[in-house]
Amino acid sequence: MDITEKFRALFTILRKEIQRFLRIWMQTLIPPAIMIMLYFVIFGTLIGSRIGKMGGFDYMQFMVPGLIMMSVISNSYSNVVSSFFGQKFARSIEELLITPLPNYIILVGWVLGGVARGLIVGAIVALVSLLFYKLEVVNWPLAITVVFLTSVLFSLAGFLNALFAESFDDISIVPTFILQPLIYLGGVFYSINLLPPFWKTISLANPILYMVNSFRHAILGVSDLSSLGISIYFAVGMILFFIALLSSVSLWLLHTGKGIRS
Amino acid sequence: MKALSIRNLKKTYQGGLEALKGINLDVEQGDFFALLGPNGAGKSTTIGIISSLVTKSSGKVEILGVDIDENHSLAKKKLGVVGQEVNFNQFEKVGDIIRNQAGYYGLSFKEARESTKYYMKKLDIWDKRDEQARKLSGGMKRRVMVAKALVNRPELLILDEPTAGVDIELRRSLWDFLTEINNSGTSIILTTHYLEEAERLCRNIAIIDNGDIVENTSMQELLTRLEVETFVFDLAEPVNQVPVMTNYDLTLEDPKKISITIKKGQGLNNVFTLLTDSGIKIASMRNETGRLEELFLGLVEPTIKK
Repeated sequence: MDITEKFRALFTILRKEIQRFLRIWMQTLIPPAIMIMLYFVIFGTLIGSRIGKMGGFDYMQFMVPGLIMMSVISNSYSNVVSSFFGQKFARSIEELLITPLPNYIILVGWVLGGVARGLIVGAIVALVSLLFYKLEVVNWPLAITVVFLTSVLFSLAGFLNALFAESFDDISIVPTFILQPLIYLGGVFYSINLLPPFWKTISLANPILYMVNSFRHAILGVSDLSSLGISIYFAVGMILFFIALLSSVSLWLLHTGKGIRS
Repeated sequence: MKALSIRNLKKTYQGGLEALKGINLDVEQGDFFALLGPNGAGKSTTIGIISSLVTKSSGKVEILGVDIDENHSLAKKKLGVVGQEVNFNQFEKVGDIIRNQAGYYGLSFKEARESTKYYMKKLDIWDKRDEQARKLSGGMKRRVMVAKALVNRPELLILDEPTAGVDIELRRSLWDFLTEINNSGTSIILTTHYLEEAERLCRNIAIIDNGDIVENTSMQELLTRLEVETFVFDLAEPVNQVPVMTNYDLTLEDPKKISITIKKGQGLNNVFTLLTDSGIKIASMRNETGRLEELFLGLVEPTIKK
């Protein structure tokens, strides 16, 4: 396949993936908006006013970047894992495997599908947050870079989960038992400076902490990273490192046919 | 150049099942080729390897002279595959399914749209283009599978039991369509359990059993090896017994049905004469079993052959 044909094939996968989550918009786009609205009402308006300042900001203001990132992470992941495993399960993945498509086009196509949903949901959540708080962004390029790279990373993670999954149970185990705890303990709702030293140190091993705080840094101009003495470049570099790692593993597994070829 | 060339192809699945034991197979360009075998013989594994759904253990496969390992992309461009089971997203619109398949092959939007329209019209599913695939009947889904396999205009088309479970009318229309595609130059490999289908459509045949090719020849040559055939006479009036005839084994199946098994070279003239002289009126005559079926059973079941 020449470069034009590869681009057309990639565009076809991406279009199909976007059509898929738009077709089921009641399941994919509306629930995050409602969930975030409830977070704002309960944790922002009702409880937030009693919490006072967090990291030097109103609690709701502190929470907005974390909630956007939480939506981006979970939607990027779930889009890819459910779509790719669904195709495996229905055997419609064979449609792609019999074509001349190189493995990396398949991977990039699904990852961009996950990124599309992650970014659309992130935008919806940001718009909903405007109903509750005036959102001002200190560093747009950094905000866009961090949210895009995070979405790529968790789309890749979803792809890996789908490759290994053999049943529908397998695609909910990782989000429930690993992803959700990491998100909730990743500084979405609190500053890790509130934690005792032991748990603060443990939290530093949570990669989501760096993503949430990088994004918060881009939106608010400050985050836990500053107080921990961690450079924003280090945090972004770490996301890039994990993207490279997960991409390599995914391509290797596709090459060996893990989960998709007998 | 061969449409398909397979050399010493082996496949052992995890768990030790040896599905292919080193098969060799050549299919000429423009051929309509039957690959037959009982369930579990290795047909689907062979097709799976050619189409990259199964990883081979060793051996070499060339599609139109292109090695699938050395130039995977070019080899796959020349291939279209109709799988045994429905393998598309049934929640998508029929037209989108076929157009997307064209897109995966890198066809431009215009080419994809035109090719989709052409094959959907050819297979009489154009009016279903905006329907969700899950709402189609089984026969219609089969047509979608065929259109999907042809949308990139492959030079070699492989069909894995394309008419399994479809009604006679659709089967016949698919046969006509496949013959037309073959006449226009597309090489076709067909696996089927309907031996009549293979006998009617295919010029050459390979029979695979237990991971080995046990026969690979022309359909005509294979059929000339037929040693016995069974015919059934339906009678116009019932009879109580059949006349005895030297060298012929006549059996009264029921008062209005006589069967006879004849050896190769034996004529039926004497039988007609004897039955006529005995006052037996024959209403019609038919071949009891497909000729190929008898040969097939002989080849894959040595005990029956003996």
